Amino acid sequence: MRLDIDFFQEITDSLTRNKRRSLLTGFGIFWGLFMLLFLVGGGKGVKGMLEQNFEGFATNSMIVYADRTTKPYKGFQEGRDIVLTTKDVQRLKSMIPELATVTPEVSRWGQTATVGSRTANCQVSGREAVYAQIQTPDIRYGRYITEEDVRQERKVCVIGKRIYQQLFPGGGNPCGQFIQIGDIFFQIVGVDYCVSNVNISGNAQDNICVPITVSQRLYNFGDEVELIYMVGKEGVKMVTLEKRLRSILAREHIFDPTDDDALEIFNSEQIFNIVDTLFRGLNFFIWLIGIGTLLAGSIGVSNIMMVTVRERTTEIGIRRAIGATPRDILVQIMMESSALTLTAGTFGIVFSVFVLNLFEKINMQDMHPSFQISFTTAILVELLLVLLGVLAGLPPALRAMRIKPVDAMRDE
Amino acid sequence: MLIELKGIHKTYDNGQPLHVLKGIDLSIDNGEFVSIMGSSGSGKSTLLNILGILDNYDEGEYHLDGHLIKGLKEREAADYRNRTIGFVFQSFNLIPFKTAVENVELPLFYQGVSRTKRREAAMQLLDKLGLANWAKHYPNEMSGGQKQRVAIARALITHPRIILADEPTGALDSKTSVEVMDLLGQLNREEKVTIIVVTHESGVANCANKIVHIKDGLIGEIELNSQHHASTFDKNNIK
Ligand SMILES: Nc1ncnc2c1ncn2[C@@H]1O[C@H](COP(=O)(O)OP(=O)(O)OP(=O)(O)O)[C@@H](O)[C@H]1O
Ligand SMILES: [Mg+2]
Repeated sequence: MRLDIDFFQEITDSLTRNKRRSLLTGFGIFWGLFMLLFLVGGGKGVKGMLEQNFEGFATNSMIVYADRTTKPYKGFQEGRDIVLTTKDVQRLKSMIPELATVTPEVSRWGQTATVGSRTANCQVSGREAVYAQIQTPDIRYGRYITEEDVRQERKVCVIGKRIYQQLFPGGGNPCGQFIQIGDIFFQIVGVDYCVSNVNISGNAQDNICVPITVSQRLYNFGDEVELIYMVGKEGVKMVTLEKRLRSILAREHIFDPTDDDALEIFNSEQIFNIVDTLFRGLNFFIWLIGIGTLLAGSIGVSNIMMVTVRERTTEIGIRRAIGATPRDILVQIMMESSALTLTAGTFGIVFSVFVLNLFEKINMQDMHPSFQISFTTAILVELLLVLLGVLAGLPPALRAMRIKPVDAMRDE
Repeated sequence: MLIELKGIHKTYDNGQPLHVLKGIDLSIDNGEFVSIMGSSGSGKSTLLNILGILDNYDEGEYHLDGHLIKGLKEREAADYRNRTIGFVFQSFNLIPFKTAVENVELPLFYQGVSRTKRREAAMQLLDKLGLANWAKHYPNEMSGGQKQRVAIARALITHPRIILADEPTGALDSKTSVEVMDLLGQLNREEKVTIIVVTHESGVANCANKIVHIKDGLIGEIELNSQHHASTFDKNNIK
């Protein structure tokens, strides 16, 4: 036997002889593969969408904000409001050396920004320059707030993507222009295209960032701060700092350090871990379901091939009687099963790539997560198909191999 | 001697053992044209299958061209079937989804002959057998005689030294039977192919130069029939 066109002709001949059967058998593989890749791609896309909410957000960060005490302490009643101040920021910086960055924020919600006749709803967040280390801005035009801006209390601002699009529908660099927020005019120094949703002070796209010193003064915050963002130094586990943070602030503001509700602490590490674990679990299930469907499909192939071999006893007997070795027969049946599996599977890959592509096209909002499976995945799955085809073909091929040349003689 | 059988025994064992061949001794020389006759169930097909290495035997010795045919590896057996022996069946046994020419070239496919050479050889052979116009037809589009000639072409394509035919005319009418037997006789005379034909029909057996009778699993009478009018095979003797 030699590998030439006729060798493949033999295989296609047997597969196309009973087209409907081959088609139905192949469909099991096709569907299994489509399911697997569609779910893998879909999972990846959903994860991507979720991750875009965290984009640019430091993974080892912590956010603390004060609330109301729920335990009486040292003669104070419960239900007392705790207010954090700029001093607390300094205190945390000096007392927890594991922190790389500590920076405060105050926000004003429900503000209206005006440029000419156009308006946009926004919230105004006062921040320091180092906030950029918490949430990396995606500066499209101009620059971010600087330390100079903060120190000199300059009335400058960096506007979010949606605000920019609403106020400047014509596009172009808006830096240097003035924007009116409430009664006050700010000069635009930058446009931030970050789409992250992590910051507690709302969506970055609807945010206008001003120097914290300016907003504290303009909105009568005094030295009060609403939030304190912290980023740990390289390798620091943020959870290990929580207790110290609580006791430092508890001593200062005189509340019970075990009063967990007095201080809300948001640990990004934990969130990331949860999301990560969630998707790892999801992925596991996706592969489980996908591989399961695929396995069911290949068991179908194996069964049908088994029936086919039984029906072809005479034909195989004839082949043996005119000089085919058992190996020739084995190879032929294995190739038939592999060809069926591979062809159906490849259609499954192509179809899932097509459908995932549609998903990417019709994707919602401004998010552009990647649903498409990677080339490596496709190659990997193709190899898996070869393996499945061979495994599915093995039992029927072994049975076919046992057909003896005399069996050609027996009619029926 | 091309074929030498010594004390061949064969027992089928499906539930209860059936002793079919009970010590066959037979020698057939190169270039002979032999027919094997016997009543139904006497073991003719069993003997022919053993000769064609399609089946194995339990006891005795079978020498083919001086080589002992016993416990062969599958490869060797396949090689003998492919190159030394050509088999012709009563029910033609063509592969139904292959055209005549594809059926004929199949043994060469298993020999590893290249595609074009295979096709060429098969077409030549079909042409020689007067079937050139039927090359692209499928078996179900051909008459019994045509099918059997295609089957003979398939047996001949590898230029075997022996052709074994198990009731090659069993499914044919008398006219096509004569055509097929003439073809075999011609091959025997012109190409010196050794031919062994199992048959019920005396007319068919009469084409051979030697008639071997088999009875109850043993060789009975061996008739020389070079004149082709064996007395035992007049009309009165047709079953
Ligand atoms: N594979 C088998 N298993 C069991 N018994 C078999 C098998 N093949 C043949 N036999 C039996 O062996 C005996 C001889 O069979 P064989 O086919 O050799 O007879 P035959 O001489 O060719 O008969 P016929 O002229 O009817 O073709 C018969 O009784 C048959 O039933
Ligand atoms: Mg018989």
